[in-house]
Amino acid sequence: MDRFDDLSSFDDYRIRTGDLMTQEINIPELGTVGLLRYFWRQLTSMRTALILLMMLGLAAIPGSLIPQRSQNPMAVRQYFIDSPELARWIDRLSGFTVYSSPWFSAIYILLFISLIGCVLPRTLEHYKSMRAQPPATPRNLSRMEAFQEFAGRGSELESAKKWFKKNRFRVRIEDQSISAEKGYLRETGNLLFHLSLILILLGVSIGSLFGMRGEAIVNKGERFISIPTSYDTLSFGKLVNEESVQPFIIEVIDFVAKYDALTNAPQDYTATVRVTNPGEKTSEIKTLKVNSPLTFGNTRVYLQANGYSPIVTVRDSTGAVALQGPVPFLPQDGNLRSIGAIKVPDGNPQLGFVASFLPTYERDGANGGISVFPELLNPKLLFSIWQGDLGLDSGIPQSVYRMDTTKMRRIALDSLKPGETFTYPEGSITFETVVPWINLQIVDDPGKSYALYGAIAAILGLLASLFGRRRRIWIRITPTGVVEVAGLAKNSAPGLTAEVEKFVAHLREEK
Amino acid sequence: MQITWAYISNYFIYSAMGVFALSFFAHAFETAWAVRTPDQSENTEGSLKTKTLDYTRTERAARIATAMMILGFILLLGGVIARGVSAKHVPWGNMYEFSITGALAFTGAYLAALRKYDLRWLGLFISISVLLTLGTAITLLYRDSAPLVPALKSTWLVIHVIAAIISGGVFLLANVIAGAYLYLEAMESRGERKAWAKRLPDLETLDQLSYRLVAFVFPLWTFAVIAGAIWAESAWGRYWGWDPKETWAFITWVAYAAYLHARVTIGWRGKRAAWLCLFAGSTFLFNYVYVNVWGTGKHTYSGL
Repeated sequence: MDRFDDLSSFDDYRIRTGDLMTQEINIPELGTVGLLRYFWRQLTSMRTALILLMMLGLAAIPGSLIPQRSQNPMAVRQYFIDSPELARWIDRLSGFTVYSSPWFSAIYILLFISLIGCVLPRTLEHYKSMRAQPPATPRNLSRMEAFQEFAGRGSELESAKKWFKKNRFRVRIEDQSISAEKGYLRETGNLLFHLSLILILLGVSIGSLFGMRGEAIVNKGERFISIPTSYDTLSFGKLVNEESVQPFIIEVIDFVAKYDALTNAPQDYTATVRVTNPGEKTSEIKTLKVNSPLTFGNTRVYLQANGYSPIVTVRDSTGAVALQGPVPFLPQDGNLRSIGAIKVPDGNPQLGFVASFLPTYERDGANGGISVFPELLNPKLLFSIWQGDLGLDSGIPQSVYRMDTTKMRRIALDSLKPGETFTYPEGSITFETVVPWINLQIVDDPGKSYALYGAIAAILGLLASLFGRRRRIWIRITPTGVVEVAGLAKNSAPGLTAEVEKFVAHLREEK
Repeated sequence: MQITWAYISNYFIYSAMGVFALSFFAHAFETAWAVRTPDQSENTEGSLKTKTLDYTRTERAARIATAMMILGFILLLGGVIARGVSAKHVPWGNMYEFSITGALAFTGAYLAALRKYDLRWLGLFISISVLLTLGTAITLLYRDSAPLVPALKSTWLVIHVIAAIISGGVFLLANVIAGAYLYLEAMESRGERKAWAKRLPDLETLDQLSYRLVAFVFPLWTFAVIAGAIWAESAWGRYWGWDPKETWAFITWVAYAAYLHARVTIGWRGKRAAWLCLFAGSTFLFNYVYVNVWGTGKHTYSGL
């Protein structure tokens, strides 16, 4: 009897020898080609694919428990300080870079090879079977589902043909019977889903090979010119270099941050910027917000963080200006208590200020000064002045927010409000005013549209494969003139009986 | 105005808890009272099942229990909407709001499934777990109604979160049914089902039901993850960054994909499939509890 194979909706892989968990693996005694073919069959078997899929899920877990370099490099550094021995071992096993580690890559590459090895041949097969006729009408219809028989008038085959055509069945017309089939969308959707996963992976790969990502802090009133040297951090995909940076200009005209008076939580960040596109002389005013980045072709600019830059003037003992301008400070908490370092390298000995900035200063018994609100209600700059060697020539990269005071000596300690000046024997510092800074994240990801198309196709495919129903309906006129009708649904999908009823009703009312 | 609506929301939630408690007691009464005493069962005709169990005499209690469940759902819906009105945004800004909406989705999934299958035997479990969720939410997780932080101000909040919450509600229902399967399977393997468990559907039905729920909601979960990725692209500058929440959403997706493949292609049924279903569901719960409470990353906002 011609029956559907008993696999159903997610039957992306055929069950092959050795697939079932219980079956033993028999390695055939063959040459190199045979051995390769054997490995290929093992790799593309459903069992292997399922194990790889589960392994991929398990392998993703450590990355969510151990801090990752790509997201939180500070936490990784702290891990090395807290438990150096363990950290070294984790690092040896790529535990701080799980998602780019060799073992994680190995799993997903094998999984995708297995997927391709299975889906491509199946696509060809599906294409062939879509063009082929349905199998012949089975001899004994009474043994099929939803069987019915009734006395015919002789025109049933013609009207069945019409009905099948109207309902878009594929038909095989035989002498006294018709075999019709519908619902290939299910397998089409199934294959589309798996092929689109490959497209998503392709999009991700293109993004990481040809993409670019950088960050820059820009003070209010300053211009950011997008050339490689003006970025604070900049990284490229493996197959691109600095030439791929788009040369646009962003001037930060204004930045407004609103906070909730009750909870101190941020409510809105809005930056007003003047944008000059590459190759254009005209510029336009645009608004940059957290959920609405600026777009230059494939490159997008995001508002990622913000903070305060006190504007200070440092003078030497003669009154000459040694340093003047905004110094970005790094926020430490929700009320924007910020830390920073003002380094004055010109001078012998060198001079530096270890400082913290409090937008809304309040005295606190235990901690000295704290900030109680993120807006500038009572701004204050607290600092200690150090003299000696800043260590800038040692070659070790230093944070701009911190100062190495091991070769320095503290000479004074004070705090200032905007407009005030503090004078010490070696000179003076004036806290002029404070401006906000914003952190721009500039990202170029040429692969993301492929990933998006892949994702959309994946959902469509999934829906078709889950809700499509494949079924056959047969009609035969027996030599005695009796009309026999029956059907068969794959995976015993619901609705077959109702459909056969409709078909029969159509046959009987057509005159 | 804002404060008033927040109070109204709290009253709704408290009333819903009261009604769910009534539903719980009605379910408990129904389950207990249906069992015939030994001397009654001796005088009764019919099979062992009808001798020991008589649900006709507790039908009224069962109806009350379901009515209370529906009333609880409506009150909870009112509470969630009032919370949204008070904060002037969809009420998905913190874990308290996720929890009450999650409880709503879970009850909704149960009531929707009830239209097609007689799942009232599950009501005892459903009402107590909703009660516990709401209790935890209002005592431990409660936060004053507040405006959204800038990163959450997006249309995608509505799309992404509603898809995730509905998927979560259905995944959990599938989990409860898989759990019931394993429990009853163990009971049957020791011999006959206990009297109270006789009315429960047979193992085959439970097995099918938990699979159907997962297969139905898997595309929605896929969509929730993709909508999250699209949103992340416009808010954080990348569509995928292996943030802990993203990682666990991926693990959940992979686990359910494995479950569907194992079931349909390899033909896993029964115990093994139920365990895999439980495992996949627990990755979802882990994501919700662990990543929100102890985790770090971009999905932690405003306390919880």
